Amino acid sequence: MVKMATITIDGVSVTVPQNTTILDAAHSVGIQIPSLCYLRKINEIAACRVCLVEIEGIHKLVAACNNHVWDGMVVYTNSPRVRNARRTNVELILSQHNCDCPYCIRSGNCELQRLANDLGLSHLDYHKELATDRWDKTFPLIRDAAKCIKCMRCVQICDKVQTLNVWDVCNTGSRTTVDVSGARTIREADCSLCGQCITHCPVSALRARDDTQRAFAALNNKDKITVVQIAPAVRVAWGESLGLTREEATVGRLVAALRRMGFDYIFDTDFSADLTIMEEGSEFIEHLQHRDEHPWPLFTSCCPGWVRFVKSQYPDMVKNLSTAKSPMQMFGAVTKTYFADLLGVPAEKIFCMAIMPCVAKKHEVDIPVMNDAGAGQDVDLSLTVREIDRMIRAEHIDVKALGEEEFDSPLGIGTGAGVIFGATGGVMEAALRSAHYLVTGKNPKPDAFVDVRGLDGWKEATFHIADTPVRVAVASGLGNTRRLIEALRAGKVQYDFVEIMACPGGCAGGGGQPIHANQELAGVRGEMLYGLDSVNQLRFSHENPSVQALYRDYLGAPLSEKAHHLLHTDHEAWQMPQSPKLKK
Amino acid sequence: MSRLEFYSASGSQAVVETLYRDLEHRIVASPPGLCPVDLAAAFLKLCHAQTCGKCVPCRVGLRQLELLIDDVLNGDATLETLDFIESTAQVIADSADCAIGYEAAEMVLKGIRGFRDDYESHVLTGRCTCNLDQPVPCVAQCPAGVDIPGYVALVGAGRYADAVRLIRKDNPFPGACGRVCEHPCESRCRRNMIEGAVNIRGLKRYAVDHAGVVPPPPCAPATGKTVAIVGGGPSGLSAAYYLSLMGHKVTVFESRRQLGGMLRYGIPSYRLPREELQKDIDAILATGVEVHLDTQVGHDITLGELSRTYDAVYISIGAQTDKKVGIEGESARGVISAVEMLRAIGDGTMPDFTGKHVAVIGGGNVAMDCCRSAVRLGAKSVSVAYRRRQQDMTALAEEVEGAMAEGVELLTMMAPVRIEADGDDNAVALWVQPQRAGAIDRAGRPRPEPAAEPERRIPADIVIVAIGQNIELKEFEDEGVPIHRGTIAALPSGDVDVADKPGIFAGGDCVTGPATAIKAIAAGKVAAANIDEYLGFEHEITVDVQIPMAYLGERPSCGRSELPMEKANERRSNFECIECGFTEEVACQEAGRCLRCDHFGFGVFKGGRAKKW
Repeated sequence: MVKMATITIDGVSVTVPQNTTILDAAHSVGIQIPSLCYLRKINEIAACRVCLVEIEGIHKLVAACNNHVWDGMVVYTNSPRVRNARRTNVELILSQHNCDCPYCIRSGNCELQRLANDLGLSHLDYHKELATDRWDKTFPLIRDAAKCIKCMRCVQICDKVQTLNVWDVCNTGSRTTVDVSGARTIREADCSLCGQCITHCPVSALRARDDTQRAFAALNNKDKITVVQIAPAVRVAWGESLGLTREEATVGRLVAALRRMGFDYIFDTDFSADLTIMEEGSEFIEHLQHRDEHPWPLFTSCCPGWVRFVKSQYPDMVKNLSTAKSPMQMFGAVTKTYFADLLGVPAEKIFCMAIMPCVAKKHEVDIPVMNDAGAGQDVDLSLTVREIDRMIRAEHIDVKALGEEEFDSPLGIGTGAGVIFGATGGVMEAALRSAHYLVTGKNPKPDAFVDVRGLDGWKEATFHIADTPVRVAVASGLGNTRRLIEALRAGKVQYDFVEIMACPGGCAGGGGQPIHANQELAGVRGEMLYGLDSVNQLRFSHENPSVQALYRDYLGAPLSEKAHHLLHTDHEAWQMPQSPKLKK
Repeated sequence: MSRLEFYSASGSQAVVETLYRDLEHRIVASPPGLCPVDLAAAFLKLCHAQTCGKCVPCRVGLRQLELLIDDVLNGDATLETLDFIESTAQVIADSADCAIGYEAAEMVLKGIRGFRDDYESHVLTGRCTCNLDQPVPCVAQCPAGVDIPGYVALVGAGRYADAVRLIRKDNPFPGACGRVCEHPCESRCRRNMIEGAVNIRGLKRYAVDHAGVVPPPPCAPATGKTVAIVGGGPSGLSAAYYLSLMGHKVTVFESRRQLGGMLRYGIPSYRLPREELQKDIDAILATGVEVHLDTQVGHDITLGELSRTYDAVYISIGAQTDKKVGIEGESARGVISAVEMLRAIGDGTMPDFTGKHVAVIGGGNVAMDCCRSAVRLGAKSVSVAYRRRQQDMTALAEEVEGAMAEGVELLTMMAPVRIEADGDDNAVALWVQPQRAGAIDRAGRPRPEPAAEPERRIPADIVIVAIGQNIELKEFEDEGVPIHRGTIAALPSGDVDVADKPGIFAGGDCVTGPATAIKAIAAGKVAAANIDEYLGFEHEITVDVQIPMAYLGERPSCGRSELPMEKANERRSNFECIECGFTEEVACQEAGRCLRCDHFGFGVFKGGRAKKW
């Protein structure tokens, strides 16, 4: 029996369990206590001193985020002392914050800006002191020391959720700030580039490198044919920061917007997700048929954050990764060969872009060996959802007024199996649907493998394919991943096939997705992806007619020599900084 | 206008005086791990505020140094800036007129030479090398990392058994430590900023005194692995306790008749009652530890045999042999070593000093144990000869005061020269040479120099030499254990590299040299973790105790409470415990003084509470 406490907040009485924070108790009766550093269950450190409240009988102001209620507590969230302290603390934060808001990418979506506006601040009486910036601006992840408000959320997300400990506090006094841990530069760090620190940063101290100007330059280049692919999870998030409802923000409307911007060919990464299933699914069956020749389990390799993670944390397990490229890279290789042939143009003429819910994809396109089409990088540029939204805004396109348009052909056709790649468990489910067909020659029920759906960080199931039990596991979030791998290494669990996504909830919760203060939207977006799958007439990757045509006309069969050349990669062919834990 | 006026402090000066006191308290409460360059800059600013402004180097030069160090901290400096700081500071040190100037410059020089790495790191990478690993001052200072705010809060809540359980997560000797721990935890207690450290040891004792018998937690399933522990002192028994909880089969080999090591054979019972020690030992043994008493490794059984029979061996033999003072007459009858005397007392063999004049050589806690025991053994007079000043003694101040209250005479600034014996070679006197204070040594104490005064004679039938202990290593050295400067050369993990003998670990006094009980306990904990890992396991030591929420209200000014003592003239005649526990009222008040740095401050963010290890 949980002990309850009845408290009074701003004159409103509320009864809550005794281990409730003052902040939660206030929210439960609609009283919003502002905060900046607070991140539920992750960062409850009372550092910003913005959520202060006054408690009757207690002299000092008290942080509402990490102190619990007691029976009879009387709280004031807007007393003169609270108001004054909140305002002063926000002003002090602003004195160390670069307030060049008009050219800040978080302007309009900045928790500090919103709070300062809410408080009606019109000037700052304090001396302005901005930290010097030394960051390597060419890296996909960029930190601006002059914008950091030292909320420490990045440190906590990386420590507690992703277990990579990339960030740490450094320096003392007013110069205290956050930097890469262990006196490393970000290039030397074992950062997975998951981008979770970015999506949890309240300001724009952390952001992904902005490549929109390169994209515009390509669009403006008359000598280039611009090809763009849209990743599965993009279609359920792109409209969030453009003022669209979920119903309005269809992928057809995104296609229309991109066409308006001048992209020559607008294709769907769902197509190459289906292609990935054909290759990875066939690889898995090949492994099953020659059990002794392969390390177990087989790991998926679609997620570049996960690939960076395994290379840095468990280098001896890189051999367990599927050699299949990610859907984005398969798409690039096919575009600059097969599609260039269809167009009858040299591959060099194509500028291949990707819109991804991901920061690590910016690194993936730059991996030196991702050039199998022989025309430079197979994918020239990867943009986050936030970047494409910025481009749409920069073009002043009224997305609401646009109609829905179709993807171009032939690389614009995808199945429901391809679309669920954007949610945790989706790759596994799609692979199992086709693996079943490839082994038995018969389609299973499309919803036969729904046990791997859902937001649990570590899921497992056993399915039977032609009487062979297949033990599968799915993890999302790198902390969950580490637990799974440690259990595998300790022999506590055994699996045949494991899907890993670096971001909690999979790409739906990706580090390149639109940012919403204190909201985790992976679940909502994932549900939408499953909805799109359920209404798709094609539910099986092997039934994708464009994929079938590609094999028939160009590649031959899955795992053929040509398929190997274009669609598979050597994960050992490039270097990743090693985890400091390994050096010990 | 008066010809002379009597000075009285102005109102503002009086406030400044209180601010000086506040600052002193603040410095005492400085947490470890702060940026030395930032601190150097702050110190310099304080020094500069003291300048009168008459002379150029001090008036202008210190300000320029401030600006240059700020450049370093702001990331606006180059390596040349560091040379410039050093050369400027050197000129100020050479040319300032008074100590306000040249001593300030010396502080800067000491820093830029002493932690140049930190300066360079600021210049080259824009960040400091420092790291606030453990931001809760008491936990940071405790070698074993005991969850002090946690158990203090539990004492405040009246949950004494939970407090003992929480302490045992990191230290299986709560009873012994509640009595005799040197409480480094109190040294930087943040409460020092207000009026004085929380009496942490007193609260630990209160928890143990009121918890009743607290059984140890259940052991993990048996692993089938075996570990031999050489030496049943605090370090060995701590390792044994945790290894046993982890499911390993532990056997302790103890050369003496009883367990406890220096807790029994070094500390007299008036400080640590035997039954208190026994309670700790009983809890440790209750985990299933096997013990072989009267078994000396190297004599009754060899290290090689242990290494072959057991999966791992932990050497924790302590520092058990006496150090000679090396003066004439040391072999006379009546000259005994502290180790020898306290060991006999530990086994209940009390020497009779009735009517004797006793002189003790030394200034550490062991010297205090000897002189106070000598008083209790009936000595007619007891004096302590020490070559430095009283404030330079390494013994705890309360030990020295306690000894003096019991009638021990302190002869400071007296270096022993020789022991005079009669015709039958019985000691009759200790001769000492008066000393004077010289230059400050590296530890900050003035070096004693012989004073131009004649030697003095201190009549003494018994001379007790308490100047430190050595470690008996011969047998271990013969077995290939590496020795460095008279101690076993072990890694910080406790690992000892012995050719052809894998799985050897060592810790405690035999590695560190004579140190405190809590350091030995910490070494045992470290060894247990690393032995577990060496054996291929990752057991976690944890405890399921909910820590009470921190109190949000005021922490009004409230002085530190000290543990009361029995009356000096009553306690000096027996070996009964001299220290009394807190009353419930005082314990509650003292627990309420804790500022809960685990909840308020950096500890709530990083490094504050290790729930498991």
